[in-house]
This record gives sequence, C-alpha cells and structure tokens, in this order.
Amino acid sequence: MLEIGLGHYLSLGAIIFFLGVIGIFLNRKNIIVILMSIELILLAVNINLISFSIFSEDIVGQIFTMLILTVAAAEAAIGLAIIVIYYRNKGSIRVEDIYGMKG
Amino acid sequence: MLVHSIFFYFFSVIAIFSSLMVITSRNTVNSVFFLILDFISVGCLFIMVGAEFLGMIILIVYVGAVAVLFLFVVMMLNVAEQKQSWFIGKKSTHIPTGLIVSVLILLELLVVVGGWKYKDNVMSSSTLKLSNISNTHQLGLVMYTDYILYFQIAGIILLLSMIGAILLTFRQRKGVKKQSYFNQISRNPSSSIELKEVETNKGVKIDA
Repeated sequence: MLEIGLGHYLSLGAIIFFLGVIGIFLNRKNIIVILMSIELILLAVNINLISFSIFSEDIVGQIFTMLILTVAAAEAAIGLAIIVIYYRNKGSIRVEDIYGMKG
Repeated sequence: MLVHSIFFYFFSVIAIFSSLMVITSRNTVNSVFFLILDFISVGCLFIMVGAEFLGMIILIVYVGAVAVLFLFVVMMLNVAEQKQSWFIGKKSTHIPTGLIVSVLILLELLVVVGGWKYKDNVMSSSTLKLSNISNTHQLGLVMYTDYILYFQIAGIILLLSMIGAILLTFRQRKGVKKQSYFNQISRNPSSSIELKEVETNKGVKIDA
C-alpha cells in the first residue's frame, strides 16, 4: 500500500479515464463540458504512457506523450472554433438542440 | 519512500476529486477551474515521478493555453441559461446505458491493472535507458534525432489547426468601409485627374 508502483499510476489513469467517459455520456448541459471530458481522457492516456515510460526505463513513452499533447491542443482549438461558429449560427449549444444530422 | 507515497496520494486524490467536479459541476466556469486544478495536480505527479519536462509542459500548455482557451470560449458564449436540466429529462434513456458502459470500462481497466501484478517483469526495450543525465536532455537526444519526422508532423498539425481555427471563425461583415491599399497605390494621374476648359461667365458641373 505504501510502496507506490506502476499499478497505482495505472489505477489513477483508469479512474480519470472512467470519469472522462462518464462525463461524455451523462452530460446534458453544453458541449464544452464534453470537450473537457475528452481532455480528461487524453490526460489519462498521458498518465499511462508516462508511468510505463518511467517504470520500464524507456524514453519513447514520453515522446509519444508530447505528440498526444500536441494533438490534444490542436483538437481543443478546432473544437472550440466549431462551437463558436455553431453558437453564432444557431444561438444555442445545448446538447439536445444539436440534432442537425438526426443522429 | 513514505514521503513519495504521501505526495502521490495527495495529488491523485486532488486529481480524481477535481475531475469528478469537472463533469458534475453545474456552472461551466467552475468546470474549467476544476479542469485547471486537475491539470496542475497531474503535472505535479509527472514532476514527482521523474518526467520533469512533460510536467512543466503540461503546466504551460494545458494550464496556460488550453484551459484559458476554454475559459475564453465560456466567456464569449452565453452558457448561463444552460445551467439547468442535467440528469433531468423525460426521454433520457442514454443515461443508464452510459453508466453501464462507463462502469464496464472502469472494471476492465482495473482488472488489467490487477492482473499486471502477476506478470513477471515489465519488458524494457533498449531505445535509451534512463540514466543519470537529466530528463530534458534525454528527450532532446531522442526527439531531434530518431523522432524528427514525428516532431515535424506535430508542427504541421499545430499549423493546420491554427489555420483551421482562424478560417472557421473568420467572418466578413457587410457594410464596413475598408481601405484598399492596392487601389490606392495603383491609381495614376491619367485615371484620376481630369482637365477642363472653363469658359468665361459659365460655371463647371463637377459631378457629371
């Protein structure tokens, strides 16, 4: 219990991943919180990669963490831009109000 | 070792609590603040476990750029009227499905983590051993040599996202008077000056 190993970090990553997925499913508020849940999921992936990288003494995991960080930043920028133009056109970003594709 | 575990539990409890608050907070601004807290505590965990460069990058990129971007968008859009109605809704059949799927994912991940205990050894590949040089030094040694292609592709992705965000939110307003530098510079005397003979005792019609 006191010895912090790989399993502790992986459990932390799993719990944060789970909270991100639950945030996507349960959210009925606005779509910005869904984007934040996606950020949480990517953060959990980063935790996994970094803990494996540290505990297996291999630097490549950290390289890929950096690439995931890049993609996450790009995704947040594009997603927020899409949300802004959607709000400008339709006047609402509630999740129930977005049914343009009948999904 | 005791200090290490104390710090681990401290930061991870804060991270889990704040990510719970991100998804359950009624106010979107509070969600963004808890997202910032989550990023900060996970960044501290990264620094603590030995990946200092990525911990700092998380602090700079996520807290400094991405979370502030979220905050700006929340500020620009009118989300105050959308606070109500979460968990409330008559035809919300997706909530039990979502709960089941999420709990299954958590259980699967925890089973994998638990099963990891009985595996004999973590496979260690031999790209670059973590040795006594600093973390940033190691990353630089690998990133600009073996992974230069991925590095360049990451740069291109950032450039594309910048162009895309500007192009998506760009809007041409109607009825705005603008200078046209090209028209201003490219006019010459023959197209803009007209000489007129003025007869005595008669005026000249200027706007003809």
